[in-house]
Amino acid sequence: MSADTSTTAAAAATAGRLDRASARRILLHDHRIRLIELLPWVIALGVFFLFPGYRLLATQILIMILFALSLDLIVGYAGIVSLGHAAFFGTGSYVAALLVSSYGVPEPVTGVVAAVIVSAALGFVTGWILLRTHGLTLLMLTMAFAIMLHELANEFAELTGGFDGINFAPGPILGIFDFDPLWYSSNYFYALVFLFLGFLFVRAIIYSPFGRALVGIRENTRRMHAVGSPVLWRMVTAYTISAGLAGLAGAIYVQVQGNVTLGVLSFELSGEILVMLILGGTGRLYGAFIGAAVYKLLESFTEQILGTDQPYWMLVIGVVLIVTVLFTRNGFIGMYDDAIAWIRRRRRS
Amino acid sequence: MTDTAVLELAGVAAGYGETVVIEDVALRLDKGESISVIGRNGVGKSTLLATIMGHTVLHDGVITLDGKDLSRVPVYRRAHAGVGYVPQEREIFPSLSVRENLYIGARPGRWDDTAIFELFPNLKERQDNAGNQLSGGEQQMLAIARALMSNPTLLLMDEPSEGLAPVIVEDLVKIMHELREDGSLAIILVEQNSRVALAFSERTVVMDRGRVVYDGTSETLRNDPDQLERLIGVTGE
Repeated sequence: MSADTSTTAAAAATAGRLDRASARRILLHDHRIRLIELLPWVIALGVFFLFPGYRLLATQILIMILFALSLDLIVGYAGIVSLGHAAFFGTGSYVAALLVSSYGVPEPVTGVVAAVIVSAALGFVTGWILLRTHGLTLLMLTMAFAIMLHELANEFAELTGGFDGINFAPGPILGIFDFDPLWYSSNYFYALVFLFLGFLFVRAIIYSPFGRALVGIRENTRRMHAVGSPVLWRMVTAYTISAGLAGLAGAIYVQVQGNVTLGVLSFELSGEILVMLILGGTGRLYGAFIGAAVYKLLESFTEQILGTDQPYWMLVIGVVLIVTVLFTRNGFIGMYDDAIAWIRRRRRS
Repeated sequence: MTDTAVLELAGVAAGYGETVVIEDVALRLDKGESISVIGRNGVGKSTLLATIMGHTVLHDGVITLDGKDLSRVPVYRRAHAGVGYVPQEREIFPSLSVRENLYIGARPGRWDDTAIFELFPNLKERQDNAGNQLSGGEQQMLAIARALMSNPTLLLMDEPSEGLAPVIVEDLVKIMHELREDGSLAIILVEQNSRVALAFSERTVVMDRGRVVYDGTSETLRNDPDQLERLIGVTGE
């Protein structure tokens, strides 16, 4: 009997591996990279050469895309809404900055690695506790955690520089490429490379069986339990990955500009990134790209036109957000979907 | 080792929160045995299935599957232990494709995609469609197929014929009979349609006000409409 069960178990285990491998293969086939997916990267390269004056803004956009992408993994895919994602962005920022200013490790990629590890660890611990709650409770707890962290950074001013922040000078990237504070050339590519890697990582995740399970959790948590998915662990895993990516974005953000302030932990930033994601569209990978770009461009251009003495751009963003939420199904990416569907219908008739 | 029970409920009382919906329920299913559960609306039939799956609060009693105590086991591990559940609302994941819906709970065993597509040729044709592009009948087929993909030893089906056109119900009944005759898994079918229920299995359980009031052959009820009427208040349609 026992020999019998062990062979069955072994056979089952083998079959399980095969099953998962074939599932992965099928998923990859279903979600091959399409030609249009090259577009954002072509634009990113084009902007660098055509608009050298906008490289600072463009770098910030790249980083915000990465940050929004990290948020999309939990909000758009796993259905975990957070109003405190700046906690991880800010953690990554301070880790990267302190490594240079307090620990004498100027090499930026090392800083990025440390930032990812620390913020992912923080994501794991807080996720493990917070993700037992749902809905408004969870929303409030994520927010409260970020505010606490913000206050903590303010309190420990000797270390964090408090309200004034820290200025620091990261060394050459991998000991080779110096940051370029004037023309932002290496800075831009530094951000672009990490965005590209982060994007490939997120894309691989969401089209893996794990990523499909996240969608299942978002759409019907109870059913996911019943099909045998350890929901809490799946969510904690997603939250940890998302926190690590947010920390990555935060680290790059402060490295390219050589300073960090409390703003990286602020409630405003948590809100802004959620607004960017909602503008672009959630659960769609490219929503983060469109949302972050539109938001930052709107901010920059309204400031150029209406001046920076008053936060007029918030008014503009507010109106755009209202219109988007009221009249599109899922942000700008939803508009794109509808346009494609409309064109197809026209062509058919 | 002589124990052939796949599922055993003893003195089970369960409900939602503080409320007790089913009480003092004892039920035993042998390996590969199929039963139907009938009864009026709101007597606890669906709650019985939900309790076996672990969606309710168990106030009292013991549930065992293959001799293992499931009473305090979380839902997802019950699924691993061999409980497959076809919910009343079907609950297909709308934005996953048919194939992804099947794979999401897949566990190794005889029910793989080949076997499933043989049983449900419609699903094979629609495997690239999203869950929300399916008709009601197709969704029901997919809900059953998804549960089978986890290769359960016990399949719980909650009113699969509800809201389907008669011709679809016929297809569904044919598939359910195939599964029953196959004999490799035990099935509990909860059904409003007592004609479908009594034809499905040799044994029928009738529930009333949260308790089991009849547990015997389906034939007795088929041949005795008066008793059936007394038990469930309505004769088969």
